[in-house]
Amino acid sequence: MKIHKYDTVIVGAGGAGMRAAIEATKRSRTAVLTKLYPTRSHTGAAQGGMAAALANVEEDNWEWHTFDTIKGGDYLVDQDAAEILAKEAIDAVLDLEKMGLPFNRTPDGTIDQRRFGGHSRNHGEAPVRRSCYAADRTGHMILQTLYQNCVKEGVEFFNEFYVLDQLIVEENGVKKSAGVVAYELATGEIHVFQAKAVIYASGGTGKFFKVTSNAHTLTGDGQAACYRRGIPLEDMEFFQFHPTGIWRMGILLTEGARGEGGILRNKDGERFMEKYAPVMKDLASRDVVSRSIYTEIREGRGCGPEGDHVYLDLTHLPPEQLDAKLPDITEFARTYLGIEPYTDPIPIQPTAHYAMGGIPTNVEGEVLADNTTVVPGLYAAGEVACVSVHGANRLGTNSLLDINVFGRRAGIAAAEYSAKADFVELPENPAGLVASLVEQLRDSQGTERVSDIRRELQETMDANVMVFRTEQTIKTAVEKIGELRARYKNVSVQDKGKRFNTDLLEAIELGNLLDLAEVMAVSALARKESRGGHYREDFPNRDDVNFMRHTMAYREVADDGKDSIRLDYKPVVQTRYQPMERKY
Amino acid sequence: MATPTLDKEDAKPEAGFADTPYITVTFRIRRFNPEVSADATWEDFQFEIDPKERVLDGLHKIKWDLDGSLTFRRSCAHGICGSDAMRINGKNRLACKTLIKDINPAKPITVEPIKGLTVLKDLVVDMDPFFQAYRDVMPFLVTTGNEPTRERLQSAEDRERFDDTTKCILCAACTSSCPVFWNDGQYFGPAAIVNAHRFIFDSRDEAGEQRLEILNDKDGVWRCRTTFNCTDACPRGIEVTKAIQEVKRALITRRF
Ligand SMILES: Cc1cc2nc3c(=O)[nH]c(=O)nc-3n(C[C@H](O)[C@H](O)[C@H](O)COP(=O)(O)OP(=O)(O)OC[C@H]3O[C@@H](n4cnc5c(N)ncnc54)[C@H](O)[C@@H]3O)c2cc1C
Ligand code: SF4
Ligand code: FES
Repeated sequence: MKIHKYDTVIVGAGGAGMRAAIEATKRSRTAVLTKLYPTRSHTGAAQGGMAAALANVEEDNWEWHTFDTIKGGDYLVDQDAAEILAKEAIDAVLDLEKMGLPFNRTPDGTIDQRRFGGHSRNHGEAPVRRSCYAADRTGHMILQTLYQNCVKEGVEFFNEFYVLDQLIVEENGVKKSAGVVAYELATGEIHVFQAKAVIYASGGTGKFFKVTSNAHTLTGDGQAACYRRGIPLEDMEFFQFHPTGIWRMGILLTEGARGEGGILRNKDGERFMEKYAPVMKDLASRDVVSRSIYTEIREGRGCGPEGDHVYLDLTHLPPEQLDAKLPDITEFARTYLGIEPYTDPIPIQPTAHYAMGGIPTNVEGEVLADNTTVVPGLYAAGEVACVSVHGANRLGTNSLLDINVFGRRAGIAAAEYSAKADFVELPENPAGLVASLVEQLRDSQGTERVSDIRRELQETMDANVMVFRTEQTIKTAVEKIGELRARYKNVSVQDKGKRFNTDLLEAIELGNLLDLAEVMAVSALARKESRGGHYREDFPNRDDVNFMRHTMAYREVADDGKDSIRLDYKPVVQTRYQPMERKY
Repeated sequence: MATPTLDKEDAKPEAGFADTPYITVTFRIRRFNPEVSADATWEDFQFEIDPKERVLDGLHKIKWDLDGSLTFRRSCAHGICGSDAMRINGKNRLACKTLIKDINPAKPITVEPIKGLTVLKDLVVDMDPFFQAYRDVMPFLVTTGNEPTRERLQSAEDRERFDDTTKCILCAACTSSCPVFWNDGQYFGPAAIVNAHRFIFDSRDEAGEQRLEILNDKDGVWRCRTTFNCTDACPRGIEVTKAIQEVKRALITRRF
């Protein structure tokens, strides 16, 4: 075991982690621990754009953006946070441009902007061009630009270090962060990082679903590490299902495809969205379109021998337009389906896309131990966190914005904190939990296989807590997850070595997914209403009287060591916008 | 059931659904684990798979169902993160962007680590020298004078000038396909030059001269022998050789 000492430690080197690192490195001795090389992070997969009311191409302002964000989130958004997001968006985009990001340009040479779902002028009057973009590679350019600037600032990275435990110590009755414990992939060595401030920026958790746009490595490690140490998780029942993933594979085909005129069709060739959303049609909000697709499938109008998908039809668009505006996604169709989008429709289905919930923070990125108490020295930003700016449903282009605005804020706040705080003394045997976890998995003679349990988990999640949920389906999932968690205790790995033991790490990641899946299902069971991405067929309406509140899930451990989930609730911060019915 | 059960991965294709004819394939994989043996060996794995799946899916099938110790890097699974460049049937490709049906599955499919970088275990190589070469070319925007309050202006044409080289995902397929790099790891290699190009030809940047001086070095652009291996290997379709030629020309003319 090795012990390191840094003022600030950042967990994750995606957009949020690197944006934080650029600030923290200037102000404090900072280390970034990341399980992937920074440029492999999934921020690089984002296609569409980043929202900011620059008003470069038409009238726009941050107040309209704030309203759209709150309405898009079905009023579960904390309105003070949404206002900060929309206000600081403008500088966030300009900062990236100054760092070198190659945005697409207007004829005047300013940053070009385009339309995206849910973003409107004057509180829903008409669509507005608010998304700043670089072709359909905006996330790639953000990730590259931030990494380039980390190189420039001399940010210190520990690549292929997996953070597996969060150290929390009670000092004078106050729970504080003391540091993190990481596992080095190359050697199998365990490292303790003592730090005055820790920032989680470890991304999403989509891999508990089977059909997902998320990378294999998005396994909710940060959420799980904090949750196991008593930090609550907020609004975990809210997960976004993007309407257009490639059939079976889940690879994303951007909303921009429908923005360019693409049409969704069922097996009869019918443009079915006209029935569900007469005005916005194929460009209705993501939750509405995903539900409509599954309604078609369930009523027997799905395509293919198993009737389990619908078509995204681009064949009426001129090939030149596809080449210019949608080069990457048309290439995906050719590469992975052998389909020529000029002439053939693309089979699609909704794909699990984005975690609205996560580690609760305030607007400075400080992590909350309950509804109000801050954990000194602990921060979170990006998809791992829940500020909450996305509420029950995130608007497209608001996440790339979120990681930049709140990554920056967390980086500054953490470094300023570590400049004045002292180190918290490490607990006795700080690496104990990780060491025993690793040892137990490596030495286990158990008969269960990681891949079987993961497959069954993903299947039950897709079948029971995806786009449509009922009490019965969620209960089925909760039961199944309980069974899988029990079987997980008996799991073993084949690779017993120390060097690059990805077999072992996959087993650990699965443990995280199981814990988080259970939190998601239990939170969803208790929310007896439909709001944004959480749709209960048995409670199809939004219920502001009983459920205009955030879910807070706590892990409780009984004396006999058995754990359970306790749910509590937190009020939504409402400033100037009264909840209204959400219509597009 | 709330939603239809999707993709039953283990289910055999239904009769009459000729769309998914599973076939038996052999993956012949270069194995190396210094914890076990100092020598690398070839190992064959045989399994059934839908040929429309990716080589990466095949590697996962092996790792998840046959031999958990098989080690490789991967993340996004759709050609965007640059984790899984490897030599497949003797050519550098991304495992997640290569479909089994496209590489003659009737014969054993060979899978090896990319060349020129130290193999650490199975298909995992030491990427540090690769990233060091990248860092050495100053891969970041350099400007002088006061920061403008709004964005820097750039015309659409000036933006287009370096568009191709902004697509790089740092997968190392190019550099590790280059015979010059195989013989001399000190050579910066195509990927570093591509990333220098991205800034040299960016109208907003003011450090072009410095980067050109770095690449004028004995281990710089002049080592390139224009074999086009890099261009063939690039999974992002970047015209790598052309970018290198443009840097060479800029060194001669000092115009960029
Ligand atoms: C296909 C796709 C397209 C999208 N398009 C858009 C879009 O157009 N606009 C938009 O606004 N949003 C979009 N999103 C959403 C957005 O891209 C993500 O929410 C956002 O990029 C997440 O950034 P992040 O920094 O929080 O996490 P990530 O970029 O996922 O980074 C996570 C980091 O944490 C590290 N990490 C994870 N676990 C550990 C651990 N245990 N120890 C150490 N390090 C760890 C990883 O190595 C990685 O560096 C899209 C998402 C997807 C999947
Ligand atoms: S230029 Fe192409 S092959 Fe080379 S590192 Fe970049 S993406 Fe990979
Ligand atoms: S896994 Fe990301 S490029 Fe292949």
